[in-house]
Amino acid sequence: MKENKNYSYIDTVHRDGRIWNISMMILLLAFPVVVALIFNAAPDWRGVGMGLIATAPMYWAVSAIEVITFIPMLGAGGSYLSFVTGNISNLKLPCAINALENANADPKSEEGEIISTVAIAVSSIVTTVIIILGVLLIIPLEPVLSNPALKPAFDQMLPALFGALGVALISKNWKLAVAPVILMLILFIFIPALNSSTVGIMVPVGVIFTIIVSRILYKKGII
Amino acid sequence: MEFSTNHPILFALVAVIIAAVLAQSVYFLVKSVRRAKATGMDMKKIKKTVITAAIFTIAPAVSIVITVITLSQSLGIALPWLRLSVVGSLSYEAIAASNAASGMGTTLAALAEGMTASQYVTIATVMTISIMVGIWLVPVIAKRYQSGLISFEQKDAKWSGILQNSLFIGMISAFVGFVFCDVYRLWSSTDGVFEVVSKDPLTGENVTTLYSSTSGLVPVFVMVISAVAMCLCGLLIKKLKWKWVNDYALPICMVLGMALAIPLTAWLG
Repeated sequence: MKENKNYSYIDTVHRDGRIWNISMMILLLAFPVVVALIFNAAPDWRGVGMGLIATAPMYWAVSAIEVITFIPMLGAGGSYLSFVTGNISNLKLPCAINALENANADPKSEEGEIISTVAIAVSSIVTTVIIILGVLLIIPLEPVLSNPALKPAFDQMLPALFGALGVALISKNWKLAVAPVILMLILFIFIPALNSSTVGIMVPVGVIFTIIVSRILYKKGII
Repeated sequence: MEFSTNHPILFALVAVIIAAVLAQSVYFLVKSVRRAKATGMDMKKIKKTVITAAIFTIAPAVSIVITVITLSQSLGIALPWLRLSVVGSLSYEAIAASNAASGMGTTLAALAEGMTASQYVTIATVMTISIMVGIWLVPVIAKRYQSGLISFEQKDAKWSGILQNSLFIGMISAFVGFVFCDVYRLWSSTDGVFEVVSKDPLTGENVTTLYSSTSGLVPVFVMVISAVAMCLCGLLIKKLKWKWVNDYALPICMVLGMALAIPLTAWLG
């Protein structure tokens, strides 16, 4: 973890992030290969092909758009970590935004980069540890966590999260927020196809629309 | 060697990968904290960030455990443990596994009765490759992309700040819209009951679920409650100078909204 004096801190984050992410990619791809070798079982290539055709194009496209959209918000270290550990829009990004708000740090500054990476790293560690505990205690936990009485609470996690986070951010940038919030309300209320499984696709739409509106407001001197 | 979806070797392989995931997170945490110290940052901020992030993560992480339990019914415990500890989600993993099963001419429900190693490898391959883009695309573009953003910022610092806020607001607006996505049930239902037909990823069959026409209001009320609670926290911080509330406001408001979702769902469907 020593830093060469010829590299800036952010350069070392990118260098280390590249090494980590490519290593993680190889490890993840190795899992099915090693299982196949150990159990002497070749995959059903037709199943792999059909499964990939039905699944990959949409998720590859969504992932590529997410990378473009989320990198400026997550920062360098946060991006490398988040795109390995997942749950970005429902956990890592809100966690980073909340940490930046509490620390009153500019996301584009080095301080912002550090705060964002610390928040996402801690969130990733806590998530991984809780899942490990969940797996170890799955037999006693299953009847508790699968209890129908608790289901509505976990079903409504995103509204509860974005109510609190949204009011904090929107109140500080209400001029920016009016048009995109109205657009999204109209789209989600009147197009039934837009639901929990399509909200990820609508995030880049919301971001692009907000950038266009804010550019117009900026040019007109309103913001 | 006889295969089972809960074979100890599968747990050992997954444990190795999870250890690497943890190691990456610890590495970046230590690297950031060292940099914060070296640049003379206020370490109280770092400590607060660590505590707040840890507390905030608990409820979403428990919901991920529930997802592991759900998927373990058809795929065993090891594979959902791996997939949900790395990039993925319940909807994605269920769809990917279901598509792989249907590519083999079967369903997850049928495979839950007894899966061969070949079928397991097929499903794991599809689940892994279909969501792999982010992991390699970030290393490919992140540095150049960020350099471009920095040079852009130097040209017009004020617009750059507005652009950053626009990114956050754009994301929030999509989720605010999503909260209202089932409100249309109010005027689309007949006799106060709304039918939702969806494909069960386990069986591949269409399943009809009945909701009250007012059920779409539950997430709206939950969001409003959580937002009002956040405003109250803001008042406590400003009027009573309870600055400590700032660190815990988001998890407190989120858990309050989730808890009140239980009686709201019982009331509105």
